[in-house]
Amino acid sequence: MATNESESHPPVHPEKKSYSTRRDFLLQVGAVLNAIAGFMIGLPLVGFILSSLIKSTPPVWFSLGPVSNFQEGAMRMAVYENPYRREADGQTARLTCWVHRISGDQFKVFAANCTHLGCPVRWFEESQLFLCPCHGGAFYADGEHAAGPPPRGLYVYEHKIVNGELQVKAGVLPTLAFPV
Amino acid sequence: MSAKDRPIVSSLVNVAMWLERRLHLVKVWKATAGHPIPKSSASWFYVFGSMTLLCFTIQVLTGILLALVYIPSANEAYRSLEYLNYQQELGWFLRGVHYWGSNCMVVVMFFHMTQVFLWGAYKHPRELTWISGAVLLVLTLALSFTGQVMRFDSDAYWGIGIGAAISGRIPIIGAQVVNLLLGGPIIGSDTLSRFFALHVFVLPGAVIALVSLHLRLVLLKGINEYPEPGVQVHKQTYWRDYEETVHKDGMPFVPDGIGKDLVANGLLLIVIVALAVFVGPKGPEIPADPAQVISEAKPDYPFLWLLSAAALLPNGSEIILFFVFPLIAAILLFGLPFYSNVGEKHYSRRPISVLVVILTYLTIGLLTYAGITGPWSPRMEAWSGTPTKPEFIAGRSPVELQGALLLQGKQCRNCHAIGGEGGHRGPDLSAVGTRMDQPELVRQVIQGGGNMPAYGNTLSPQEVSALVSYLVSLRPQNTIPALNPTNPEKTERVSSGELPKQAKVGG
Ligand code: FES
Repeated sequence: MATNESESHPPVHPEKKSYSTRRDFLLQVGAVLNAIAGFMIGLPLVGFILSSLIKSTPPVWFSLGPVSNFQEGAMRMAVYENPYRREADGQTARLTCWVHRISGDQFKVFAANCTHLGCPVRWFEESQLFLCPCHGGAFYADGEHAAGPPPRGLYVYEHKIVNGELQVKAGVLPTLAFPV
Repeated sequence: MSAKDRPIVSSLVNVAMWLERRLHLVKVWKATAGHPIPKSSASWFYVFGSMTLLCFTIQVLTGILLALVYIPSANEAYRSLEYLNYQQELGWFLRGVHYWGSNCMVVVMFFHMTQVFLWGAYKHPRELTWISGAVLLVLTLALSFTGQVMRFDSDAYWGIGIGAAISGRIPIIGAQVVNLLLGGPIIGSDTLSRFFALHVFVLPGAVIALVSLHLRLVLLKGINEYPEPGVQVHKQTYWRDYEETVHKDGMPFVPDGIGKDLVANGLLLIVIVALAVFVGPKGPEIPADPAQVISEAKPDYPFLWLLSAAALLPNGSEIILFFVFPLIAAILLFGLPFYSNVGEKHYSRRPISVLVVILTYLTIGLLTYAGITGPWSPRMEAWSGTPTKPEFIAGRSPVELQGALLLQGKQCRNCHAIGGEGGHRGPDLSAVGTRMDQPELVRQVIQGGGNMPAYGNTLSPQEVSALVSYLVSLRPQNTIPALNPTNPEKTERVSSGELPKQAKVGG
């Protein structure tokens, strides 16, 4: 079926030698011009695609509220606004972490993301364990790995107490490559 | 009566002839829909390719219509889906067709691939037809995954989290890949937008390009003849023989060869519509609220087997599952037409290929089944919501009853079933008293081990002994407690005929 396709096209005349230098020159100029133009358009496009990488978005300090919000000796989930939120984020801008007020000013703040594959871990007061709903990972109250497939303990956020408020350093999804 | 006597007919003929002279329609038709195929190719086994194409067409049509209403913003996506489900006229139907069309596309495509594999259609000279098909498989799975993100409910949200966690295991550039995947430091509106762009522009565009190539190759290199056992493919002679067959014993695909495709496609369409009407669209489930930590992040059917593998493989083997295994699979898949280029085509002469297919189907089928039941996931509500049958309580002493309460209150049943009810992450405890003796149980409770956390810090010594005495009592009627042969004192006691003292009911 493809054999007689060439018949429908007018035969191509072989170019005379005298034309070729001018045509070759135009071909080369055209190619170079397009390469430059392509670069001028392409570079910003690549820059746009990589913009989230270029813009630095490190974890930042923010407050989780007064220390008195956290009962001594208890583990509590704290909800905070993503420091890098946009209006369109809706309720996904409400992020969470687990706060353990061990005693007095002694705190430990954990990310809710399981260190295995990132599912949300939940605290069980009675058994004093974090359980992961996905593949049965378990962590002790100090965040250490207790059972199941997670390769390490929970991710721990840095924290400090400023003017009676508990501040943590977060805002980046913790993964094994970036364990906050 | 000739056309000349009827002016309308003759002018229509004139228009048709003019179009033919300008567009060469007859020639185009003969080179495409009417291209000759071997008579043997008009088989019921050869219908899956056109069925896959039908699914894709349905996805494009319903997808465009859904995009008229759907809003790809983290703030609005969920609500626009609820609107589609409950307020927009026939929105539920379109969502249903789009959801089931997508599942059917993956399944039918898998059948198509299996058939092409077993019938040896990928061999010389159709290597590129196979490779373009393999790329289409990858693209279709990518469409399926990005599609479930569009639902932007809790499962989709944590599903992206899983994607990020897997990417975060990539050596060296893991953090950068996670950032690119999410479009920022955290899951949010930018994440949904980029999955939306992939799902509606990039991936469908790529599929259309690849399908064009795939069909072009079908026209150029022909459709596979129905293979005969004993007939070998030789590079020197195959194409000559094939052209001869088509020439001597061929027929045009349309209208002579398309009948079975039409029947199969009609049936498939009915199945998809029936699923959409009677089962309906999926979700959206609970909203994507990170403060609601109740998601299991279960993916849609095409990815359940991967989740199962992640849960069932030994701890620490994730690198193999997510990076080594896909690499090997890709090499096997894309390399197939090169390392198996000639020779027998018929499956009855290719036992290894048949075995590969059976094993693949068994593996994916069983893993998918396991993914649906999810026995490795703790039942987070079992401790407070699952009742205990009377036979596991009746006749127990007060201490043992206290143990039963502890077992419930300390959330043991999230992982351990009693009488089949509860989590299945750990062993069922209905008859644990016949398997482990008292010291063993004490050690297991206090120290944990074998995928069980240690409870030494959360239980007082009295609580441990109450719990263990209850566990010892968990065994069927007329069975004796487990005996530890390394514990001579106990063995002696048993031989002196003190047992069985407890005739309690269980299991
Ligand atoms: S994600 Fe938590 S155990 Fe797998």
